[in-house]
Amino acid sequence: MSIAQSVLPAAEERPVRRGLFARLLRRPSAVAGLALLGAILAMAALADVVYPADPLDMVGTPFLWPGADPDFPLGTDMMGRDIAAGIFHGARVSLLIGGVATLVSLVIGVGVGAIAGFFRGRADHALMHVTELFQTIPPFLFAIVIVAILQPTMTTVVLAIGLTSWPSLARLVRAEVLRLRDGEMVQASIVLGLSDARIILTHVLPNVLAPIVVSASIMVASAILTESSLAFLGLGDPNIVSWGSMVGAGREVLRTDWYVATLPGLAIVAAVLALNLLGDGLNDALDPRQNRR
Amino acid sequence: MALVVLGIAVVNFFLLHLAPGDAAQVLAGEAGSATPEYMAALRRQFGLDQPLPVQFVQYLGNLLTFNLGFSFRHGLPVLELIGQRLPATLLLMTASIGFAVLAGSALGVVAARNAGRLADTLISTLALLFYATPVFWIGLVLVVVFSVGLDWLPVGGMTSVEAGYGGWDHVKDVARHLVLPAATLGLFYLAIYTRLMRAAMLEVTTQDFVRTAVAKGLRPRRIALRHVLRNALLPVVTMLGVQVGSILGGAVLVETIFAWPGLGRLAFEALFQRDLNLLLGILLCSSAVVVVVNLAVDLLYTVLDPRIELAR
Repeated sequence: MSIAQSVLPAAEERPVRRGLFARLLRRPSAVAGLALLGAILAMAALADVVYPADPLDMVGTPFLWPGADPDFPLGTDMMGRDIAAGIFHGARVSLLIGGVATLVSLVIGVGVGAIAGFFRGRADHALMHVTELFQTIPPFLFAIVIVAILQPTMTTVVLAIGLTSWPSLARLVRAEVLRLRDGEMVQASIVLGLSDARIILTHVLPNVLAPIVVSASIMVASAILTESSLAFLGLGDPNIVSWGSMVGAGREVLRTDWYVATLPGLAIVAAVLALNLLGDGLNDALDPRQNRR
Repeated sequence: MALVVLGIAVVNFFLLHLAPGDAAQVLAGEAGSATPEYMAALRRQFGLDQPLPVQFVQYLGNLLTFNLGFSFRHGLPVLELIGQRLPATLLLMTASIGFAVLAGSALGVVAARNAGRLADTLISTLALLFYATPVFWIGLVLVVVFSVGLDWLPVGGMTSVEAGYGGWDHVKDVARHLVLPAATLGLFYLAIYTRLMRAAMLEVTTQDFVRTAVAKGLRPRRIALRHVLRNALLPVVTMLGVQVGSILGGAVLVETIFAWPGLGRLAFEALFQRDLNLLLGILLCSSAVVVVVNLAVDLLYTVLDPRIELAR
């Protein structure tokens, strides 16, 4: 495999991408992930239609158990807020923060990895030291400190998650770029006199796309987990509902009304599970080794 | 490694200056709790009236002499506070990692040996679920089920203070308190090790030396344990080094839920009281723990695989 891949990466690329979706649909776990993710996306998109009121408003009697009142299928919390409305609006927040934070780490991780792998030598050395540094500082604690110092808002939470979750991606991209660097395609581009930036952007990165896409879906999942954990600790934007902050609030009444804390938690599990399943499915579908079997 | 330690100091210094207000206020744990004289002394001691590079050198000097500042909220030097809380966190970490590695590896081995059969599907599904479940939520659910519902285990804390146990009873008491937090923190990593071990076992099984072992007529059990498992352990150990930092982060959540008197709980208290200097001290010390554990993992490598030698 290694010879074909390093010498003719471009040739390898096309058949992999064609029919990716079809191949994805042949894997039951990927289909389950896509369906689940679709449902959550729909919840996020329809949140304003189904529950137009502010989910932080008090709308019913406090402590209505799920099923007790048909108006509030999932019940209400200790402040009389509709839990179902919170979960719908929370989907929006979780997906948005997860997505944007991942975008931030994609930019940093791919940038660092591509530059380190392509230029090697001193640039590689310096960037890998920075990467090692970011891998040594406990990421979640790091994120806590960043949010605590900058005050919790959507933007700082996104920044904190993005800044602390890129190192493994950078390493992955660097390894892939190093592999391509000595391939004939890149060598030919150099001989043709293309600029470094152009070679990286149009020849190297498109061939590293598959592992990046797989990582991205897993990264969104872990960003959602991190966001909910921060919100659980009270480090979320106080003006928006998030699944994590709902669990955190429900913790106060855990002994008697445990549904308040557990229901939003199930939403987190569903979202993270969906993205992980999708990531696994993409990994299998994009892995050329699997295709030959 | 030395560069990384220096880098951690730089990051901490940078964060200190990023905080709103004067760094002296941050060091004193927010204004109001310290006297103006003390603030002036702090400014002098940390050289906050000096240009930034000078400040940084002084900051490094303080770090080298293990001076992390003073926490007014707790009335103790930051380093002493951290020293008091570190053992509890290390105990929690060891217990949960031990649980995750042992149980996860065992489940992974069982899944790999039954690949494609019911046991494998069951274990893999379970691992997938645990992998997607937020740590804090697992903690709350375990509390609801085992402490509130069944009343088998204590809700939180590390000891039953009122009982005043001594000797062996004290150990048993702490162990009872440890079960739920360790399980909470461990379940997520259990999922990782299960998946990793399963994949590693399947990968190693296809290699030549395993075929040789089969051809020699060794019993399948012996092959699995001596030949496959030992080689499959390498990625597990690698993962251990990678995960220490993330476990320390998880400890913040778990210790907050179970009132476990460790570093994580201290971090949460510092967060709540806006004692940023204490928080930064914890970040610094946690990073140091990660560095030490990774050194230990490197040593463990050479034991597991004698072919690996420590470079430099």
